Amino acid sequence: MTTDRVALDGPADITLRARELSRTFGATQAVIDLDLELRRGEVLGLLGPNGAGKTTTMQMLTGNLAPSKGSISICGIDLLDRPVAAKSRLGYLPEAPPLYKELKVDEYLRLAARLHRVVRDRLAETVANAKRRCGLMDMGHRVIGTLSKGYQQRVGIAQAIIHTPDVVILDEPTVGLDPNQIREIRALVRELSDSHSVILSTHILPEVEAVCDRVQILHRGRMVYNDTIDDLRRHRGTPALKVAFRNPPAVDKLSAISGVASVVHADDGSFRIERSASQDPTDALVRASVDHDWRLTHLAVERATLEDVFVQLTQRESDALGASKASEEALR
Amino acid sequence: MIATIAMKELRLMFASPLAWVVLAFLQLVFAWIFLSQLQTFLEVQSQIAMQPNAPGLTAIVIAPLFGTATIILLMIVPLLSMRLVAEERRSQTLPFLISAPISVAQIVLGKFLALLVFLTLAIGLILLMAFSLYLGGRLDLGLVAANALGLLLLCGTFAAVGLYLSCLTAQPLVAAIGTFAVLLVLWLINISTRDPQSLLHLLSLIRHFENFSKGIVAVSDLAYYLVLTLLFLFLSVRRLNADRLRA
Repeated sequence: MTTDRVALDGPADITLRARELSRTFGATQAVIDLDLELRRGEVLGLLGPNGAGKTTTMQMLTGNLAPSKGSISICGIDLLDRPVAAKSRLGYLPEAPPLYKELKVDEYLRLAARLHRVVRDRLAETVANAKRRCGLMDMGHRVIGTLSKGYQQRVGIAQAIIHTPDVVILDEPTVGLDPNQIREIRALVRELSDSHSVILSTHILPEVEAVCDRVQILHRGRMVYNDTIDDLRRHRGTPALKVAFRNPPAVDKLSAISGVASVVHADDGSFRIERSASQDPTDALVRASVDHDWRLTHLAVERATLEDVFVQLTQRESDALGASKASEEALR
Repeated sequence: MIATIAMKELRLMFASPLAWVVLAFLQLVFAWIFLSQLQTFLEVQSQIAMQPNAPGLTAIVIAPLFGTATIILLMIVPLLSMRLVAEERRSQTLPFLISAPISVAQIVLGKFLALLVFLTLAIGLILLMAFSLYLGGRLDLGLVAANALGLLLLCGTFAAVGLYLSCLTAQPLVAAIGTFAVLLVLWLINISTRDPQSLLHLLSLIRHFENFSKGIVAVSDLAYYLVLTLLFLFLSVRRLNADRLRA
């Protein structure tokens, strides 16, 4: 499906492509046969539980770690063959922001710009631009070590985007920030996607929903899910109704209402009603409640959260792994 | 790019008090030796004036000053080189350099160059003291130049060894102690042998400085320091590259 779209858009719009990426650390396989593709202007969320291989993947994509197998190209330039040319199109914020705490913000950003070959004439303009985008305008003369965690994170992001790279890779950019700062960083990431492609790793699901166009879920080094965020939402299935009554009826009376697929009586006295795909039972349910004097007290639409989907995907995978291992052992 | 890295290292060096304290300490010690040698010269001046081919002002004051500087710098360079890579590892700033569009060789050379510039500054301070003798006498400039060149080459070797040891660890102090140990071994490697023809003399750091301190610039001494410096720079590049590969 994705390959069709590639063919239509042409290879020029693919900013980053990784093929069959694998990395082993001794006996452990951190990443196994990972395929990754990023289009211009897209925000890709790399999602997974701790130890799923997100950071390892990002280290490989930025040339900080050599893959055991596979290829990476950035804007068509092979990262392993021509690392310097490829890296000039990359901006990277590692998990721990790589800041020289003794330097002032301006000094540090000038250094980042120089290292990324920004010409001397445009240095001041470039630094000012990056500071403006990251909300650091008044911080230029502050020593980085004296800044709060949130501002340090912003300096980290500023160094990653200072040379306006084609691909920006952010490893857990909102970890350790307060809710306001998280919102600001998210807004910044959305803004970045206008001109850059962004890969963002996280294990916070609402973050993915808020900023990403596409999601890849990693589990134990393998990709278990790769699709757009809308598809992930659809993955949650049809919403269920949660209802409670002062005079609760029998379960079969509820099941008889048209549009109700199944009814589960919960421990707290409420009912969880799965609706059929074709018909919404809400109206009929309310009418029945009035007619039979069930005295409705609570009615809410319940959606499976992204978390449920995530757990479902990652658990299913480990169940499958467990099952295959069991069958292997049975064969022996 | 190499210059950008070097500038960054110098900026960081001078951002901490260590660099200033080291420069002040070096200047204090050098001045102390300088003055005591000058005192010696003034005392013996009248006696040696009679002798033919007697050692002059430069040989009595400046050459011993450079000679002592070698030992003091042997102890000081590990303190300056320890942070170069180990500190970047410890504060996890190495990805900043690795993901920039520069090669590992440029990173290593930049860091080496920064340390060499700092040490040149220290040698410059010695030279300034030496030139102050022009107030009341004359110097054998050839001898001064040979000493300065020898000390610079020696410092280059110290710096390269220190840089390599700093690449091996994330603990600056371990790098410093390791560098000091390696340099001391290279310094004293010929002490165990009584045989003047022994190959160990060829390896000794100090043995190759002796010619410079007499004003002799020999190709073999130049080559020794340059080869050793390049070897450790090469090892540093290899070590940093291996970081990406190893498990």
